[in-house]
Amino acid sequence: MTSRRRVTNSIIFVLLLIGAVFMIGPLLWMLSTSFKDKQDVFALPPVWIPNPFHFNKYSEIWEAGPLLSGIKNSVIIAVTVTAVGTFTSSLAAFSFSKLRFPAKNKIFLLMLSSLMIPYPAVMIPQFFMFSKLGWIDTLLPLIVPGLFGNIVMIFFLRQYLSSVPNAIIEAAKIDGSSYFRLYSSITFPLIKPAVAAQLILWFMGIWNDYLSPIIYLNSPEKQTLQLVIANFNATYAIQTDYPLIMAASIIALLPMLIIFLVFQKQIIESVAISGVKG
Amino acid sequence: MNAKSNLYRKEKIYGFLFILPPLLGLLIFTLYPMIYSIYGSFTDWDGLGQMNLIGLSNFTDLLTDELFHKALFNTLFMMLGIPIGITLALLLALGLNRGVPGTTAFRVIYYVPVISSLAAVSIMWNWAYNGDYGLVNQFLDLFGISGPNWMANKFTVKPALIIMAVWKGLGYTMLLYLAALQSVSRSYYEAAELDGANGFQSFRHITWPMVRPVTFFIIVTNIIGGSQIFTEMNIMTPTGGPEYASASVVFYIWQKAFGNFQMGYASAMAVFLGVFIFVVTLIQFRMNEKQSFDVD
Repeated sequence: MTSRRRVTNSIIFVLLLIGAVFMIGPLLWMLSTSFKDKQDVFALPPVWIPNPFHFNKYSEIWEAGPLLSGIKNSVIIAVTVTAVGTFTSSLAAFSFSKLRFPAKNKIFLLMLSSLMIPYPAVMIPQFFMFSKLGWIDTLLPLIVPGLFGNIVMIFFLRQYLSSVPNAIIEAAKIDGSSYFRLYSSITFPLIKPAVAAQLILWFMGIWNDYLSPIIYLNSPEKQTLQLVIANFNATYAIQTDYPLIMAASIIALLPMLIIFLVFQKQIIESVAISGVKG
Repeated sequence: MNAKSNLYRKEKIYGFLFILPPLLGLLIFTLYPMIYSIYGSFTDWDGLGQMNLIGLSNFTDLLTDELFHKALFNTLFMMLGIPIGITLALLLALGLNRGVPGTTAFRVIYYVPVISSLAAVSIMWNWAYNGDYGLVNQFLDLFGISGPNWMANKFTVKPALIIMAVWKGLGYTMLLYLAALQSVSRSYYEAAELDGANGFQSFRHITWPMVRPVTFFIIVTNIIGGSQIFTEMNIMTPTGGPEYASASVVFYIWQKAFGNFQMGYASAMAVFLGVFIFVVTLIQFRMNEKQSFDVD
């Protein structure tokens, strides 16, 4: 019985390994292409390990397009939104979970049901709202809505808070602690791990977003990293400078890849919990 | 007034104050634009001049708009990736759930495409689908198959996008299944084994029913996500592909709204999309009523 199980597991291991090659292969090929010279890119059969390695594309890309300002803009948007938005979201989650006020559950349900409304259904009027304010081609349309909080995060933190005993909160209330202090010194420290996981997921979502930036940002120096690399693709594909395009794409992937590898345990847990309980 | 009700009054005020930002955000950035979208869909709104009510004509125009039909068909066709992704992800999760060596490493590797920027991987796949030098055709060459120029052929462009979408989303679905499988109690399988059930029977009668809520969740979120597919097309086929074979509904909305300034018409399509997603979600809530979370 156990030896049969061992054989099955070996077969499964090999299959998983083959699958893993398919998952990671294209990305490795992207990495390898970024180190090739132009001729090697078109070599048949393909060259996986460039000989010699060319690192010059990684210095060229900074001159070839507004990559640096793209990174800067993406960082500004993602950091501002997640920092402020996490505060407003966690405060709201605390209130929804631990405070009593009228129509609380109705408001919460209203927020939840708004998740059904897809972004494309509201993007056109939103565009006109922001254009009336003169915010087109600025980062504001991408920042301001996020400052008000994120409903998915509120939902997740509220679920998480239900495991925090009410007794602690009630005791502090009786002691005359202010409501904001209840949140900041009792609740928030308890939910920190959940907040961190949600914050990372949100950050990644903003970093990788494409549709809203493409609607609002026109000038190259105002664009986010994702738009900048898409423009690299459009411009340099004609010149078949694939190493350059791939190098720029690697730069766009790298920050999230590093964050993921560092926080993979929290991210994976958070995704699993939100999905299964969703 | 006694101290307790005084406390409650204060709590009411603060409770409401703390949820005010997201509530305002919802009203300003979602509900108001949504109502405006619905209104706009009944007008000849062009973004500049006056908005004149024109009744249902945007919607009746949709009935005869060939490009819209194509975009809608393409969007639905690309959802064929959903059952493929679900099957593969469940198999992967079943494999990983047996505790084979390297489980953590596999989880990470399969999840890497999920966290990768869609723009970057679209660029990469676009190059991989190149007819002469692309990775995909070079791989097929190993088996003596000479592949097409994927993105330039109206018959292969959609399958190409489906393959890419499955690759991109597989890790996420796998993770959800893995979490679900780990919450299934071992005792069920032990009992089944005692009753003489084989592997397939325990899968059919225990595993599959137990992961049903997750399967359902995945189907619904995938339909919602799939109906909003945009980035891939915008980067890989900026003109909508050969004979508009890869344009999606959101791609067409985006083109009509921000390319042709037919805001009213684009709004009608956006409303159509919104209703579609609303109906899909509603079905989910109905079918999932028993397992649905309870407020309080």
